[in-house]
Amino acid sequence: MFRFTTAGSVDDGKSTLIGRILFDAKAVPDDQLAALERSAQMRGDGTVDLSLLTDGLTAEREQGITIDVAYRYFATAKRKFIIADTPGHEQYTRNMVTGASTADAAVILVDARKGVIEQTRRHLTLAHLLGIPHLLVAINKMDLVGYDQAKFDELAAAITSFSASLGISAPRLVPLSAKQGDNVVNASDKMPWYGGPTLLTLLEELPPAIHVNQSALRFPVQLVARVREDGGGQKRLYQGRIESGRLAVGDEIVILPAGTATRITAISTFDGILQSAEAPKSISLEVADDVDIARGDLLAHEASRPRVADRFEAMLCWFADEPFDPRGRYLARLGTRTVSARIGELIHRLDVVTQEHIAAPEKLNRNDIARVRVMLQSSVPYDGYAENRATGAFILIDAQTNATVAAGMIAA
Amino acid sequence: MSSLQNITADNVVPLRVNKADRPWTHLDDLESEAIHILREVAAEYRNPVLLFSGGKDSTILLRLAEKAFRPGRFPFPLMHVDTGHNFDEVIEFRDRTVERLGERLIVRTLDESIAQGRIKLKHPNQSRNAFQSVTLIDAIDEFAFDACIGGARRDEEKARAKERIFSFRDSFGQWDPRRQRPELWSLYNTRVDAGEHMRVFPISNWTELDVWQYIAREKLELPSLYFAHERPVTMRGANLLPVSDLVEPRAGDRVETRVVRFRTVGDISCTSPVESTASTIDDIIAETISARVSERGATRLDDQASEAAMEERKKAGYF
Ligand SMILES: Nc1nc2c(ncn2[C@@H]2O[C@H](COP(=O)(O)OP(=O)(O)O)[C@@H](O)[C@H]2O)c(=O)[nH]1
Repeated sequence: MFRFTTAGSVDDGKSTLIGRILFDAKAVPDDQLAALERSAQMRGDGTVDLSLLTDGLTAEREQGITIDVAYRYFATAKRKFIIADTPGHEQYTRNMVTGASTADAAVILVDARKGVIEQTRRHLTLAHLLGIPHLLVAINKMDLVGYDQAKFDELAAAITSFSASLGISAPRLVPLSAKQGDNVVNASDKMPWYGGPTLLTLLEELPPAIHVNQSALRFPVQLVARVREDGGGQKRLYQGRIESGRLAVGDEIVILPAGTATRITAISTFDGILQSAEAPKSISLEVADDVDIARGDLLAHEASRPRVADRFEAMLCWFADEPFDPRGRYLARLGTRTVSARIGELIHRLDVVTQEHIAAPEKLNRNDIARVRVMLQSSVPYDGYAENRATGAFILIDAQTNATVAAGMIAA
Repeated sequence: MSSLQNITADNVVPLRVNKADRPWTHLDDLESEAIHILREVAAEYRNPVLLFSGGKDSTILLRLAEKAFRPGRFPFPLMHVDTGHNFDEVIEFRDRTVERLGERLIVRTLDESIAQGRIKLKHPNQSRNAFQSVTLIDAIDEFAFDACIGGARRDEEKARAKERIFSFRDSFGQWDPRRQRPELWSLYNTRVDAGEHMRVFPISNWTELDVWQYIAREKLELPSLYFAHERPVTMRGANLLPVSDLVEPRAGDRVETRVVRFRTVGDISCTSPVESTASTIDDIIAETISARVSERGATRLDDQASEAAMEERKKAGYF
């Protein structure tokens, strides 16, 4: 399964591109095509608008913009895909961050006529911050610039130099026309100067990004179940999903944040008992000692412990309509643990367009990204986000309204 | 609910020894994600419920709940909102399945809601599908459920494609698509206040094909309506309609017996079968791979009424 997200400015052609992928990959059912044709007739211009395949909600159809993340599913002979279609309008940055948080790849759209604009820089920065393993840039609407190689080269140079300023290697670029279908699924004969693969071929062939099972063991405990045994005794099952790494019966492990050591004595699933298991499997564990393990604890190997602290620095992306309130009561959710949190200090705000750091900002408004110091009510186990997406990410919840007000990525 | 569950001895199912390790596939990704979601529900809610209708999607939910909670009991009861327009066979399958699992089933019927004047029908045989939300929300109030697990999938329909896995409902049971909580990584914001609840969709990311492949892999039993059988039908627009007490042919309708199967089993008066000779799960998988019509397009007359039909029903509290 391969998850990718799309990003671009309003009208860059994101919805058309996804519609084109689905259409050319023959993933659009006949009745949905018929509905498209009906609405083409209703509008009276007779042209089928592929963007309608993904623009789902009434409000969006009325305003002609995508307002929320929509998920789309399709498969080719090579791979199953989940697309998170996220809107490009600046005020909806939080949705891009949402779509990006689980993506293996991001496809960032650039309108060939408009070139690299503020929004392009913002999207590249966000994609980088969110640690999306593969970045692709689709230079769209090549039909409107005469399929001109010089234009493409100029945009490629601008993107490469911006990427260098972010400290990331240059993303793969594909010149295409979502509307005409050039280089999306089928190779174009209009751009003989481009020798590379089509966008879909690239997506099919990118290596599966997250080698979760090759990194350190991280097992956040979700549930503790007590099972009465035949002999009248009782045993405890620690249930959860292995977020990264692997574990085996006999492994010496530590329970964090307490730091207590114990040993794994059994691994089980509904389908039977196992000698070992790896990410991302959901399992039940038993351990040797009568130790205290509860929801929110994290199991790891002694040799590769996560850090444990009640404060850390993080990049925070603020989502709420109301600006951040230094006296606000927030809850931080990390892994399976939820603790009271405060933002102790706004260290700097990141200008995602210029990469500038604005020191000690007074406020944090919706869509702002800032480096902050987070203080927690108690110590928690965590990793840097760059090392581990599962244990380095958190969300902030407003304790009064229950709204999700921010997403955070812990600094290394 | 506290994270400690008590499991009594009489409910302990012995664990089988693992079969030869099969290679990890996309079904394992989907399964593990769903188990994780179900366990989050068990840990974070005081009083959850799982909606079980006897259909294929909720039958999968039950298997996933077994995977998440056995050898213990499910940390929630099952509930069926019965329109009273269900196929007998589906009800019989529902009861047999609940019995086999040894879990508790709550049934709330639209007939009760109609008798109480909570639902006012224009005519007795009117499609009851859209009214399910009334009975459902009343039942959520009655039992003070704070989380309701359902088998909806994002590939079914455009409005669903935008819904969160943990989807917040206000104290009126309503969904506000413009104020959804952002959902990042697998860090779900599960919080609700008194009177509010969460709808939780563990198989959001499954497609119809995934569902059939999983049914095949897990060897799950399903009502035989899902498989090819002979049935008297009549055409309504582009769809077949099963002829029954509830759907009587209109003047000029031609009733004929055709070999059909259902892709979804819902309210009899608005669920259409498709012509098919697929009589095994493997046949259905082959047919689903080559299917050119979406599941709801083929089978749900209520969604064709308008492009926004599902969205409107969802806002009103429908699943
Ligand atoms: N000529 C041309 N027009 C395009 C192309 N891609 C999209 N468009 C048009 O650009 C407009 C905006 O596209 P849409 O997909 O709705 O953009 P979104 O806001 O990014 O989802 C529509 O009128 C599309 O038909 C393209 O490759 N070539």
